[in-house]
Amino acid sequence: MSLTESFRQRTAPQLRVGSRFRALPKSARWSLGALLIAACYLTPYWPDVPVLGWIVNTPGTSFENVLTDQIMMFILVALGLNVVVGFAGLLDLGYVGFYAVGAYTTAVMTSGQFSWPWIAAMPLSILMAMIAGVVLGTPTLRLRGDYLAIVTLGFGEIIRITANNSDWLGGPRGINKIARPPSFGPFEFSVLNAKPYWYLGFTVILIVIFVLSRLENSRVGRAWSAVREDEDAAELMGVNTFKFKLWAFAIGAAIGGLAGALYASKVGFVNPDNFQLQLSILFLAAVVLGGTGSMYGVIMGGILVAWIPERFRGFSTRRYFVFGVVLVLVMVFRPQGIIPRRTAAAGIAEKGDTNV
Amino acid sequence: MSEVLLSVDQVTMQFGGVTALDNVSLHINKGEILGLIGPNGAGKTTCFNVITGVYAPTMGTVSFDNKSLLGLKRFQITKRGIARTFQNIRLFPDMSAVENVMVGIDAHNKTSVVGAILGGPRSRREEKEGRERAHELLKFIGIDDYAEVAARNLPYGHQRRLEIARALGTNPQLLCLDEPAAGFNPAEKQELNELVLKIRDQGYTVLLIEHDMNVVMKISDRIAVLDFGRKIAEGLPEEMRNNPDVIAAYLGVPDDAA
Repeated sequence: MSLTESFRQRTAPQLRVGSRFRALPKSARWSLGALLIAACYLTPYWPDVPVLGWIVNTPGTSFENVLTDQIMMFILVALGLNVVVGFAGLLDLGYVGFYAVGAYTTAVMTSGQFSWPWIAAMPLSILMAMIAGVVLGTPTLRLRGDYLAIVTLGFGEIIRITANNSDWLGGPRGINKIARPPSFGPFEFSVLNAKPYWYLGFTVILIVIFVLSRLENSRVGRAWSAVREDEDAAELMGVNTFKFKLWAFAIGAAIGGLAGALYASKVGFVNPDNFQLQLSILFLAAVVLGGTGSMYGVIMGGILVAWIPERFRGFSTRRYFVFGVVLVLVMVFRPQGIIPRRTAAAGIAEKGDTNV
Repeated sequence: MSEVLLSVDQVTMQFGGVTALDNVSLHINKGEILGLIGPNGAGKTTCFNVITGVYAPTMGTVSFDNKSLLGLKRFQITKRGIARTFQNIRLFPDMSAVENVMVGIDAHNKTSVVGAILGGPRSRREEKEGRERAHELLKFIGIDDYAEVAARNLPYGHQRRLEIARALGTNPQLLCLDEPAAGFNPAEKQELNELVLKIRDQGYTVLLIEHDMNVVMKISDRIAVLDFGRKIAEGLPEEMRNNPDVIAAYLGVPDDAA
């Protein structure tokens, strides 16, 4: 037995957080869940907590801003991309395109000539990204695997290059003066105070998690899994594969667009350089690192991909080396991701059939 | 005269220069088991693929319940009432047994994205009834104890049975079984024969591809024989046993007779 195999076997059972959690009585689950959510809402204050603060803090950058500009976006994007890659098994290398569509829609509509209120620009941004998903998906979802990956890769670049060459999108200079969310009670959205963005963003994340888990545990989620596992067999079992793949694309795109719109209204400024191909790769890294197909896994992946380079900023450019090492280690020791997709595999232990 | 459920009329299927099916016509009556036999490469699976819409035939028509199936998508054919299993098992390996069956059951469900998100009464009812029906089917084929086990971890024989349950989940009128007993020992084959007969007795019509002559002879109501893409015989099992063409196809023609 190799070293990595023995490590995998020793760590795998110990990390069954999910199944242990589900084994708890309902009241315990609810109170633990509420406690966890409260702790997450208070994340901007984590750097002030002893020990925890030393772990999470991001030297050289304000933790609040890392939380809202990076971590929050990566969580949302990872959740959205996971619908496409994890649930439906479609490799999308141009996901940044949808993120850009959302960001640019908010930018165009709330600044300059249109001056829409933020609250009106949000749904439009989601809708535009969704339309982009359908427009891209309709011709390309007939392709499979590598071919789909190449086409989506092209799509991401087309969006960026179009923005770069369109005057009404600000060209290479981009668009500034993007509207902030309206202040709400004690929560004032300003440049100096990033906390309200986190409260807003985390609420959005919770809603997205709720919607996606509804979908995952329904006919729709089963259809996606069936397509992922064996597309031909799925179609022969009555699954309208094209329709469900297109839905996966549209929903994934909508969440990507939402993330982009939030990002634009947080930083107040977008330009084509914000939407490089590298970002698509990092999004995918977040999904794979966290655990393709597992929502809590990809959230973890999104957090790590966003946070590690900031935490190790002190290493200067070598921080990407740290980041790379972490990626490689996770893939070696937990190839299914940090929190793997829950499968029915646990059943074998009870049945005693281990002819895997 | 019993009612014709499916008829294949003068179907020719060519792949480039290869003719996999050559002007094949056959029909299946409601409520019967039709055995489709023939040596390796005779075109049995191609015939299945034409019926279930995997291939569009080069020439000829396929009609089901007196309506043509040509031009329909695969999932539409399934919804019309034709379900199949695969010669090489093609389950959804990471999904549990019960989920595999539920995918089949979902063929006739209506819950879409919005309904699933809102969790309305219809989606909840479909979910509950689908799960119950899936367990019923797993019981029927005898593997309900394994309902929560991932398909990939099921023993081989159970995987074959699960494919049948998943196909039955789509509530078909015609069930096409592509060598369901492949790789089984005689005792398992016997059990599977009984299962196929039980399925027929529940009112399903069965199209069965099988290599083992003994199995086919025992359970088929009628038999069609393919050889090199042509139908060489069709009739009752006892007629096939003595048909010289069938014997020649399976055993070869003695040199002096050629």
